[in-house]
Amino acid sequence: MKHKNKKIIIALSIVVLLIIFFSIYLSSLNFEVLNPKGIIALQERNLIYLALGLSLFVVIPVYTLLILFAYKYRASNKESDYKPNWDKNAVLETIWWVIPSVLIAVLGYFTWTSSHALDPFKKLSPQSSKNLRIEVVALDWRWLFIYPDQKIATMNYFKMPVNTNVTFYITSSAPMNSFWIPQLAGQIYAMPGMNTELNLSSYQTGIYRGLSANLSGIGFSNMTFNDDVVSTSDFLNWVNNVKASNNALSYQKFLELSKPKVDSSIINFSNVDTSIYVKLINSYMNPVEKYKTNQNLNNPMAM
Amino acid sequence: MSTQNQQFDIHHVSLSELRKEESTSIFENVSFGFFVYLMTDLVLFASLFAVYAVLHKNTAGGPAGYQIFNLNTVLVETLLLLTSSFTTGLTILSLKTKTKKNVYINLFITFLLGLSFLVIELNEFSHLVSIGDSWRVSGFLSSFFTLVGTHGLHISIGLIWMIILAYRLHKTGFGRANIRRFTIFSLFWHFLDVIWIFIFTVVYLMGVTRL
Amino acid sequence: MIYFASFLIGKLNRNAIPSDLMTLGAAVSIVAGLIFGALIITYLHKWKYLWKEWFTSVDHKKIGIMYIIVSVLMLIRGGVDALMLRGQQATSVGIHHGYLSSYTFAQVFSAHGTIMIFFAAMGMMFGIINLVLPLQIGSRDVAFPFMNLTSFWLFFAGMILVNVSLGIGDFSAAGWLAYPPLSELQYSPTVGVDYWIWSLEIAGIGSLLSGVNFFTTILKTRAPGMTLTKMPMFAWSVLCTTSLIIFAFPILTVTLTLLYLDRTMGMHFFTAGAGGNMMMYVNLIWAWGHPEVYILILPAFGIFSEVVATFSHKRLFGYRTMVGALVSITVLSFTVWLHHFFTMGAGADVNGFFGIMTMVIAIPTGVKIFNWLFTMYKGRIKFSQSMLWFFGFVGLFTVGGVAGVILAVPPADFQLHNSLFLVAHFHTMIVGGVLFGYFAGLSYWFPKIFGYKLNEKLGRLTFYLWFIGFLLAFVPLYILGLLGATRRIDHYSASLGWQPLFIIAGVGVLVIASGVFVMILQHVVSFLNRDSLKDKTGDPWNGKTLEWSIPSPAPFYNFATTPIVHSHDFYWDVKNIIKHEPKEINDILMPKNDSNAPIIGITSVFFGFAMVWHIWWLALVSLFVIVAILLKRFNDENPNYLLSADKIVELEENYLIFRQS
Repeated sequence: MKHKNKKIIIALSIVVLLIIFFSIYLSSLNFEVLNPKGIIALQERNLIYLALGLSLFVVIPVYTLLILFAYKYRASNKESDYKPNWDKNAVLETIWWVIPSVLIAVLGYFTWTSSHALDPFKKLSPQSSKNLRIEVVALDWRWLFIYPDQKIATMNYFKMPVNTNVTFYITSSAPMNSFWIPQLAGQIYAMPGMNTELNLSSYQTGIYRGLSANLSGIGFSNMTFNDDVVSTSDFLNWVNNVKASNNALSYQKFLELSKPKVDSSIINFSNVDTSIYVKLINSYMNPVEKYKTNQNLNNPMAM
Repeated sequence: MSTQNQQFDIHHVSLSELRKEESTSIFENVSFGFFVYLMTDLVLFASLFAVYAVLHKNTAGGPAGYQIFNLNTVLVETLLLLTSSFTTGLTILSLKTKTKKNVYINLFITFLLGLSFLVIELNEFSHLVSIGDSWRVSGFLSSFFTLVGTHGLHISIGLIWMIILAYRLHKTGFGRANIRRFTIFSLFWHFLDVIWIFIFTVVYLMGVTRL
Repeated sequence: MIYFASFLIGKLNRNAIPSDLMTLGAAVSIVAGLIFGALIITYLHKWKYLWKEWFTSVDHKKIGIMYIIVSVLMLIRGGVDALMLRGQQATSVGIHHGYLSSYTFAQVFSAHGTIMIFFAAMGMMFGIINLVLPLQIGSRDVAFPFMNLTSFWLFFAGMILVNVSLGIGDFSAAGWLAYPPLSELQYSPTVGVDYWIWSLEIAGIGSLLSGVNFFTTILKTRAPGMTLTKMPMFAWSVLCTTSLIIFAFPILTVTLTLLYLDRTMGMHFFTAGAGGNMMMYVNLIWAWGHPEVYILILPAFGIFSEVVATFSHKRLFGYRTMVGALVSITVLSFTVWLHHFFTMGAGADVNGFFGIMTMVIAIPTGVKIFNWLFTMYKGRIKFSQSMLWFFGFVGLFTVGGVAGVILAVPPADFQLHNSLFLVAHFHTMIVGGVLFGYFAGLSYWFPKIFGYKLNEKLGRLTFYLWFIGFLLAFVPLYILGLLGATRRIDHYSASLGWQPLFIIAGVGVLVIASGVFVMILQHVVSFLNRDSLKDKTGDPWNGKTLEWSIPSPAPFYNFATTPIVHSHDFYWDVKNIIKHEPKEINDILMPKNDSNAPIIGITSVFFGFAMVWHIWWLALVSLFVIVAILLKRFNDENPNYLLSADKIVELEENYLIFRQS
């Protein structure tokens, strides 16, 4: 008997030790989803906590009853009551229809309001003209960021000023991707021929990891980029520096650039043709050969 | 439970009697099962209709419905199919007369009507392809050819089915099994008629009126 | 000459043989395994026996066993895929790039998902339904025995096609649901996606036929007196599942066909440009895909309802609310599909609606859990292996449910979608819910089918290995998701510090693999000790439903006399209240074995292969052969034979003697 106790104590201490090591290891990691640096990501994280908290009202009773009943009514315990034909109880059954319904109603309310409040298309400030606009194009397998108001563009990284509302216009010249910067805001799909939008703002300078979250082919794992959030003055300096560089981006050059390639190099462009984004989306509306010349037949519903 | 008390009480039933009983339950099961199958076919067509509804304005520079549809031929097609549905009903009724000739005549008329429908449809398709408006042109034309073509495919299966029915009748006469086969065929043919009414309305009428 | 060759063999050419060593090795080992198996069968002179007694058998119990054997093989194949995936992710960090190329890795995860859902989970589900359902509703067979066998062989044909892709050509690298435009010809020019399409198309038609078959079986062939409200819970769950199949699988058939038309005929359903709409594909595939998840889980719910009541030695608590919950889940499962793509930007109203509908499904699911828990209340719970799977199920399913509720809030989903958190969530539901349920069912009904019980000790060990392995394999994935790791990555930066978590997850897969090994060992050991484990009573667990009222193993004619049912849990009442009456035995008609079905299955493989490689003449010929066989079958005047009452009496008397020995 004593021998057995000793073994249990050793096993337990090994488990405790492992848990301690594991916790130390975990604390060294950056839980990007739970460690937001932007107002959108912050609210999204709070929603995760809220849903988790409300769920506990069901989870805790379930686990408690499971362990309690399994222990108390085990076959070897002949002391406990045995009622083999007790198979219904209107009150109890009503309780577990009603209580989860109430919880879901509460969570449903938050779902509805938060879906509207955190709609990625919704501008963060009413005067949307003051937002910084960035057009994002997912290429095979890189990211291109176009600043239409500054007429510059960057590849595989971008910078934005802190405490500024940024609107991203997102499309793809490749298969579907998903644009995601976990510490600033949730993701949204980047689809060829379509425009999606994402609004966010960061309240702390720093470099945040961005990535494609949707499979797009062999270079998909490589589609990461850095979002460098800097002070406003640093941002303006950087814009001027990029403008001064001598690397223009025309639509022709863009087409050249968008050929499939696994490449994580960082490139700056100045003198950017600001119609690239619209031209790219419209290129998916082109008619087939036979109807190319006959524009009269064009469908009025097309974009 | 004691097994000593258990006894067996044996009953022999004649084979023909059993077969008769069995065929009654098969009759019910097959009719019900076939009805369930038609439900799945309905879901299949519903999906194709949904696809058409999504894509029917995506002409991508190609022609829209009102530019390629000819309501006259479609009206003829509709009349042919409606009449064939009526003659299918006559076929089922004529089964009760137990005269093979009546059944053959009605079935043959139905077959001819169905065949003419198919020929007109194929003619329409080949005309569209020949002027370059094939399924490759746009999402709209892809979904048009697929939806209408799937119905046409069902019609062709129905035509083959009719030949088999005639052969069965010739071989085995007015047995229960054959009555069952005719009944579920008529179910199938009426079903195709209903689908066509929807195609006529959703694809052609709404297409021509540019809805 | 070139034209003739392309007519003869379509797109096939020398390059179809895989060049990378991993794939080639896998293909060679599968072929070697098949040849080895064939040699053993030849050596034992068992071909004729297999063909006569199994491949052509229309006995639903034998068909069920064949389903389960195939699905377990596919579970192992999918498991090896999983091991390869975690092996790559544990080693492909920073400057190291793992042992798989990105393309092979993508094929492996696409195959893993496809095989696990369609051929492991669906196969095991149809296997269990086949084994149990007709017995439970007091029926001699399914409504359409020939169609049932054909369904199995179509399932088998789909399975063969997936595995052929290892050796000839390649498999889809576009994920298990092949979203366009990645799966369109422009981005996936090889035949991989076509293999995916046709294996699912053929297996899917098999599933659809099974759905129609069992739906009809339940509604038309129940024992007299068994009204719907006296039907056992498992039968109810199958009724709900089959009605989902009837409504969902045609959508899959359409979606796959349209994708194939895009790829082959140059149509524009889902292409980027020319009026195609890829968002429509995502909608369609999930309009099938979400009900599919419930198709898998509902029978598991049904199994647990039987297992918990039996091993608590009590009636099931809340029969009415259980049925109500099942039906509401069935209906609601068609109203939630959009939650798989909240991130598509459909707008706040749409997202909000589907988010709320998704949460609403949690209510009936919660009701079921509480009903099971109160079935245990004031019972006498036996901790058998089936019951352990139930405990594991409640433990995991609750966690998975919480993760599901979190994911159902659209803005929270923006942060978790496509992450490993999502992967961990649905594995919790499908392993912890579906698979645990099927395992519970298999050990529960095993004696009814084979006549002996499974070894308990090894069964429990199996459970513990699966449970611990599951936690090791998927808790790290929950954590990784919160760290911002996406699914399907074959490489990541070392500075992120994720490697230890991926290694733990890999170890978890190894522990699960050992669980599979012990499970196989359990069957071997139980078979060797089958005499001491023999089930003489036909009712080893003190069951409540009709299948326990007949001998074990169940005779091929199921019931000597058709039972007349007066209540639900009827057999429970029979044993406790009503006295046994003498049996009145009649002659019965039995369906004959049918060699048409396996031939249809084999021809379907050729048809699928021809469609994949554009060998049009072969496609036409195989289609013609299939139609011809069907016509031949339908013109068969006497597809059944007479089983005389004397023979039945002889068999039943033998059983009584055996019982007293």
